[in-house]
Amino acid sequence: MNFDIALLLAQDGLTNGAIYALLALALVLVFAVTRVIFVPQGEFVAYGALTLASLQLGKVPGTAYLLIVAGVATAAVETLAALRERRPGRLPALLAWNVALPVALLLAARWAAPLAPPLWAQVALALALVVPLGPMLYRLAFQPLANASVLVLLIVSVAVHFVMVGLGLLFFGAEGSRTPAFSDARFAVGAMTVSGQSLFVIGASLALIFALWLFFERTLYGKALRATAVNRLGARLVGISTTLAGKLTFTLAAAIGAASGILVAPITTIYYDSGFLIGLKGFVGAIIGGLVSYPLAAAGALVVGLLESFSSFWASAFKEVIVFTLIIPVLLWRSLTTHHVEEEEDE
Amino acid sequence: MSAPGGALAIRDLAVSYGKVEALHRASLAVAPGRIVTVIGPNGAGKSTMLNAIMGLLPAAGTIEHDGESIARLETEARVGRGLVLVPEKRELFAEMTVADNLALGAFPRHRRRDKGIGDDLEAVYARFPRLRERRAQLAGTLSGGERQMLALGRALMAKPKVLMLDEPSLGLAPLIVRDIFRIIADLRATGVAILLVEQNARAALQIADYGYVLETGEVVLEGPAAELAANPRVVETYLGLARRAG
Repeated sequence: MNFDIALLLAQDGLTNGAIYALLALALVLVFAVTRVIFVPQGEFVAYGALTLASLQLGKVPGTAYLLIVAGVATAAVETLAALRERRPGRLPALLAWNVALPVALLLAARWAAPLAPPLWAQVALALALVVPLGPMLYRLAFQPLANASVLVLLIVSVAVHFVMVGLGLLFFGAEGSRTPAFSDARFAVGAMTVSGQSLFVIGASLALIFALWLFFERTLYGKALRATAVNRLGARLVGISTTLAGKLTFTLAAAIGAASGILVAPITTIYYDSGFLIGLKGFVGAIIGGLVSYPLAAAGALVVGLLESFSSFWASAFKEVIVFTLIIPVLLWRSLTTHHVEEEEDE
Repeated sequence: MSAPGGALAIRDLAVSYGKVEALHRASLAVAPGRIVTVIGPNGAGKSTMLNAIMGLLPAAGTIEHDGESIARLETEARVGRGLVLVPEKRELFAEMTVADNLALGAFPRHRRRDKGIGDDLEAVYARFPRLRERRAQLAGTLSGGERQMLALGRALMAKPKVLMLDEPSLGLAPLIVRDIFRIIADLRATGVAILLVEQNARAALQIADYGYVLETGEVVLEGPAAELAANPRVVETYLGLARRAG
């Protein structure tokens, strides 16, 4: 291997690593706020990529129909709860969010898809179609279990992952898609050519990470999520409801997942079940950060990206094995350096 | 039993942990601008009662706020109505700054676009100048007394109608305890109803208007604070010999 190839591999590794970093941050966030190890994070990546790919082919994406199914189910559960608590005043808002919004998005998709709108409009529509699935998923699968143990939440999380993969096959079909690059530009930096696509992915990831940082440091809702992560009881006692925090967190996780999917779509062919492996690499990054540290998780994800890219050069058949083997020394190191704390149950 | 216009009234409140009933049919009332104290030994059910009023524990019986039953409401909704608890362990956001802790105290008010949050923050800083000095510091780095001040300040940011204090003197140096009790007595002027749970019976009865004695989950005595402080049984059990000598 010469220096040029090393630079090229590093560029590839950093590009993928940036996407894994986004996913790692989302996993840390979801775990900190809701104690859910969010296995279906990768499915949002696949849904985002496949939704954008459908729109580019001028087709109405399957997500538009899936969103209506999920919305109606959520509305039914919420309506029952509102009637049981004798608070019918909540009905208009919940019907608007869970039924009217998905129908409006379906109509928008049917109208816009054949017109071949500009790329930014397709991206915006793809995000709008995937992101509402996040809070709906929280309402249907996790809100009733808000006080369950981490293990129960993990089991449900695995189940949700399989359901979402199955729904992905049903709504998107078995064939894979790849979207055109966001940029065909190439820049020569010394001996290395940097592709515009790589710069775009890394730039967009950095921008998203910065936006997340602003949200958590500067806005009251961001602080409310941090407060829930730091002290759930304290958060409830100042009136931050666990449900609100959970829905907000899942909205963010869905948005990060879908955005990552849109970024990764031009780099690799995405199938309905491709999300899992991508999410798992983000998970390895998150584990390097102990599922608590955001900077360590992001750094870990970059290491995963680089390791993957270099191992695909040396031993391409083993690249996944090498990446996932990384978790063993990390876990050993963590178990030697940290004290084991028994899981504390709430209340 | 409840005082007319009572801000908070509970009747026949019972709480069980599994098969063990920790609180048996307790009743009490707190009116605006009054300080009511519940004294009693460790394990009498004092904290259990406060947690049940906040909806953190399932309870049987009636809990009314401003004449409306709140027994079915979620904890967060009770906070939104102005029932605020300063728990025994303070439950601060240790890894966040003092200023962020205070800002989050007003979270439900931000959601309903309440006015005057900025003025209230100034009022809290005026009441606790130490918090203004430390506003950029992480809550976890504060001393015990400062933490209690922050917990009180965070509760005040919610503009409470009923303020419940669980052992505010616990683990604090005597001088700081005096400060905290003086501040609690001052709060009476704001018109808030205060329910003060304490093991430090002497200090609690000094600032309270009315008191209840809770023993093994039951209210065994109640009356105006001055009468309770003179009651031989209370003197014997809770105030000790010092009172007799002095």
